[in-house]
Amino acid sequence: MKRHVVSTINGDSMEFLCDAGDTLLDVLRNQLQLTGSKEGCGSGDCGACSVILDDRLVCACLVLAVETNGRQVDTIEGMARGDKLHPLQQRFLERGALQCGICTPGILVAAKSLLERNPDPSESEVRYWLAGNLCRCTGYDKIVRAVLEVASESKERNAR
Amino acid sequence: MNAEAKKYRWIGTRTVRPDGIDKVTGRATFGADFTLPGALCGLVLRSPHAHALILRKDFSKALAIDGVKAVICSDDLREIPPDEAVVGGQPPNFRDMANNLLAKDKVLYEGHAVAAVAAISEEVARRALEAIEIEYQVLPHVIEVQKAMEPDAPLLHDNLRTQGIDPPPETPSNIAQRVQLGVGDVERGFAEADVILQDEFTTQPVHQGYIEPHACIARFGEDGQAQLWCSSQGHFMVRAYCAKLLFMEIAQIRVTPLEIGGGFGGKTTVYLEPLALLMARISGRPVKMTMSREEVFRATGPASGSYINVRIGATSDGRITAAEAILCYQAGAFEGSPVRLGCMTGFAPYDIPNVRMIGYDVVVNRPKSAAYRAPGAPMAAFATESMLDQLALKLEIDPLALRMKNAARKGTKAAYGPRFNDIGYVETLEAAMSHPHYQSKPGLNQGRGVASGFWFNIGGQSSAGIHVTEDGTVIVNTGNPDIGGSRASMAIMAAEVLGIDINRVRPIISDTGSIGYNDLTGGSRVTFAIGMAVTEAARKLVESLKERAALIWDISLDSVIWKDGSAYGEPGGEVEDERKGKRTGKLKAPPMQLSLHDIAKDAARTGGPLSSSVNINAQGAGPGFGTHICDVEVDRDTGKVTILRYTAIQDVGRAIQPDYVEGQLQGGVAQGIGWALNEEYIYNDEGRLDNPGFLDYRIPVASDLPMIDTVLVEVPNPNHPFGVRGVGEVPIIPPLAAVANAIADATGLRMTDLPISPPRLLAALDNQARSKR
Amino acid sequence: MRYETPVSIADAVALLQGSPARGQILAGGTDLIVQMRSGAANPQLLLDIKHIPETRRIEFSDGRFEIGAAVSGAELNENEAFKTTWPGVAEAFDLIGSTQIQGRATLGGNLCNASPAADTVPALIAADAVCRIAGPDGERQVPAESIITQPGRTSLAAGEFIVSIRFPRQMNRTGDAYLRLIPRTEMDIAVAGAGVCLTLDSEGRCATARVALGAVGPTPLLVNDAGAALIGSRLEAAALDSMAEAVAAACRPINDKRGTIDYRTRVAAVLARRSALMALNRAENRT
Repeated sequence: MKRHVVSTINGDSMEFLCDAGDTLLDVLRNQLQLTGSKEGCGSGDCGACSVILDDRLVCACLVLAVETNGRQVDTIEGMARGDKLHPLQQRFLERGALQCGICTPGILVAAKSLLERNPDPSESEVRYWLAGNLCRCTGYDKIVRAVLEVASESKERNAR
Repeated sequence: MNAEAKKYRWIGTRTVRPDGIDKVTGRATFGADFTLPGALCGLVLRSPHAHALILRKDFSKALAIDGVKAVICSDDLREIPPDEAVVGGQPPNFRDMANNLLAKDKVLYEGHAVAAVAAISEEVARRALEAIEIEYQVLPHVIEVQKAMEPDAPLLHDNLRTQGIDPPPETPSNIAQRVQLGVGDVERGFAEADVILQDEFTTQPVHQGYIEPHACIARFGEDGQAQLWCSSQGHFMVRAYCAKLLFMEIAQIRVTPLEIGGGFGGKTTVYLEPLALLMARISGRPVKMTMSREEVFRATGPASGSYINVRIGATSDGRITAAEAILCYQAGAFEGSPVRLGCMTGFAPYDIPNVRMIGYDVVVNRPKSAAYRAPGAPMAAFATESMLDQLALKLEIDPLALRMKNAARKGTKAAYGPRFNDIGYVETLEAAMSHPHYQSKPGLNQGRGVASGFWFNIGGQSSAGIHVTEDGTVIVNTGNPDIGGSRASMAIMAAEVLGIDINRVRPIISDTGSIGYNDLTGGSRVTFAIGMAVTEAARKLVESLKERAALIWDISLDSVIWKDGSAYGEPGGEVEDERKGKRTGKLKAPPMQLSLHDIAKDAARTGGPLSSSVNINAQGAGPGFGTHICDVEVDRDTGKVTILRYTAIQDVGRAIQPDYVEGQLQGGVAQGIGWALNEEYIYNDEGRLDNPGFLDYRIPVASDLPMIDTVLVEVPNPNHPFGVRGVGEVPIIPPLAAVANAIADATGLRMTDLPISPPRLLAALDNQARSKR
Repeated sequence: MRYETPVSIADAVALLQGSPARGQILAGGTDLIVQMRSGAANPQLLLDIKHIPETRRIEFSDGRFEIGAAVSGAELNENEAFKTTWPGVAEAFDLIGSTQIQGRATLGGNLCNASPAADTVPALIAADAVCRIAGPDGERQVPAESIITQPGRTSLAAGEFIVSIRFPRQMNRTGDAYLRLIPRTEMDIAVAGAGVCLTLDSEGRCATARVALGAVGPTPLLVNDAGAALIGSRLEAAALDSMAEAVAAACRPINDKRGTIDYRTRVAAVLARRSALMALNRAENRT
């Protein structure tokens, strides 16, 4: 029997029907056409499906869709505001912090979650926070730099 | 940036990539993101055995399930006649490819596809797989390359006779081919040597590890016209392979490339696409297929594992007089490892008068090996660059100085044949020697290693079209999937030649029906070869634009020049042609000027749409060389190695977009470090893969690595209009030895077997401690 | 498959009792959902216990912490008081998986998944933590070391589940630590792990010591001999040597894709030494 679920996805109330065993990632990609969250492994090892569930960074492949009933889910599709990119998105573009781009949505969501909790992370904190987001293209260098730059910019902004 | 580069407006600038916003917003459509109404779900049944005869296949129960629309096996693939298996003497072998797609009489590795189903949902398709009955007779299997070469090893193919041996062997074996190449007289070279060193090395197969699993969707019309959407390293390759395997005419298949989530060589062949097409034809419905991560590990890639034996001789002052190596590469279940490329690249950075390289291509019960970034070179360089380090230690010469003493330069005849033109190997060594990293001193339990690498780089068949829109903006049309920012490079080169703002250039990647043929994205060819086609197309377009301007002004074409995106001219006047560097007169002010926008607006009046296209087979790809410096720290109690600092130096010819060039270096280094330290396939006694996931197939994570410093040396490739050399492959070659050499420096231990995982290093440290006692 | 979200312990017990054999507790799901996907688990009833208040609380009273079985690693590591009091447990929890996994993974799940390599379990054992278990016959308390009985199996009876984990009141000059060895820096399963908790007397000597190991046997191991070797010492070399000997003697690992018998045994002793010194340092710095 399908379950009826209502959750707030990127600020909008969304309804869907799912089986109890369907993951949030299945529903996002296959039912809601929110394909920005990627499936790289389906076992929580690659982070390409990172989303924020009630302010917690999680892998959408390791959350059952039924669990999100009444809760808030934020995906990469909700990261830009209208036509204004999030500073992390902008800085990733400016610094070439992506190559193929498959891991990029998950990394951006994870980095956003980091900076919301820790606005001034060290390089090591960025690296450990993002350790669950595999990237096979970049060697992480430009990703880590971009995150650190956004952090120090917002620090400067706040200092003024 | 050097002085010459400053003359450019766009070349060498860090412009934002044109496809960037789609990729940071989640909008970009990758392989699994695209679907069609009514699409069926296709799944593959895979062998649970490493080696077995297929005695019986029964699909009746699967076909009886409601919602199952197609079940296929090797019987559904028409047999390719042996004399048509290979086209133009070049790999791939399509008989093998067909056999790899769907096993015929035998399964040759765990994960080998046996059948495929298409059904109305994943759940139904899964039930259908479970309902398929296959009866196997399990055979003895062989996983390791040296075991597979033994006379009594289980044979994968009863009819495989080693090629390259004279006279040809009368009995079959697992050795598919023997290759040999070299220069000079190795025996004489060793006789001249004061020091001769020899060692053996092994490397494990490694997976390309792209984060996006293979995915495609196929549609087949009743008229025989098929359409395919997929992520791959070359949609023309997919089209050609599918046509050949399914006995279709090439023009009947149209392939649209989706964004590709990493390939590194692993997406230069087909696994799912012919199956999806076949099942779409049978079912009359679109069929979508996506691999799971487990399937990716069990059935695609990897790079070959290897056994390499190297001998090197040098005079006491460090001049290498002779080098030889025997390289044995695992091909996987079907012949075709890149062992020849290993033989060719192994000592290529050096000017050695006497070289002999012998390679063996060996089949084993593992997935068919696939290209992986500089195919064949990293394992060879692990062996040769480790030997150079040993030689430097033995002779008490700085390892960079030893390399410098023997470095290939312009005019050096490479052991694999050609004489090098302008190359920048020496420049990378100089940059390494003077780098602050090399000047610093490692601390306690720390060590430093250096290593170099060489890759040929390639050109190949390339098409580009440039179309001017009605408002003077420009579409740059190419046909190679953009894996790492190539759209940016194309836009930069077009904007440079046209002299217009880069934001007025829109690069697109067309499907197989919308542009001429292109070889696949690989061999570090795209920025070089497609860039050459784009540059030529832009130049051709400039000529057309000048013609239109001349027509509008009613002056001779010779009186028109093109500068900064506009035509300038004067009736009857002579002008300075900057591009030709020929001073024929002075332009009188005020000149007549027509911008690209002006000319485009008037195109209808002057002859219609403005566009140009170029189709070339690009030649003259400049070889690439790199030199890396690596610092490690070793935990002597656990054997765990930490990479402390890493610097990658490479001759990149000309960096069109430096961010993406640096990114290639950094990414290659990270993959090389993974290869060196932790990545390996773990097979159990039954020949089943025990670690088919990212949990236990350990690619480097962000916290495993330091920043990876890069130095871009620019020795322009004289054969490219902007001096471009391929850059993508070289950076994965040096890290294996650079890491091992650093560990040797830290511990005094020469690690010759990869990966240098903690248990392996701790065991070596224990042996070392015991022998000291 | 049914999915239920009981809001009380009693409801949960009733649902479990009323269900067929394949009822399964869902807490963080980081192991269970992977197992369901691979076919290794196929429950008919999923009981999501995260709506039961007792499983979601972090309580501190009378010097004792009680952590709900469904509190996530991220939540627990944001509790400064807990981190200060039980840094070894907090760090062990934090070592599990990625940030994303931390957003979901729970202590109860780590115990009940019953992996020999579960990172929190040696730390919980060393800390002398006790599990509060609810079931058809009411509640009972079971020491952490008695939960896992073999790989994938627990001592919980049908219809029982862990509600929370209770920590003892911490004595002055107590310190705990947990270290593990993984090939990478993150994302791996422990090849070996060692948790140590010790209390110093007024002389700075070890008054009590508990040493527990992970991934070197079919279950996490409490090694009494190793703890005993430390008692009375200031963790001088001789005491550490004899502790390490006891650790090595207690190891009963297997060869598998993550490590060899020899390597695991060697490294367990190294980690136990390092953990003990870390715990000592913490104890000394706490009055």
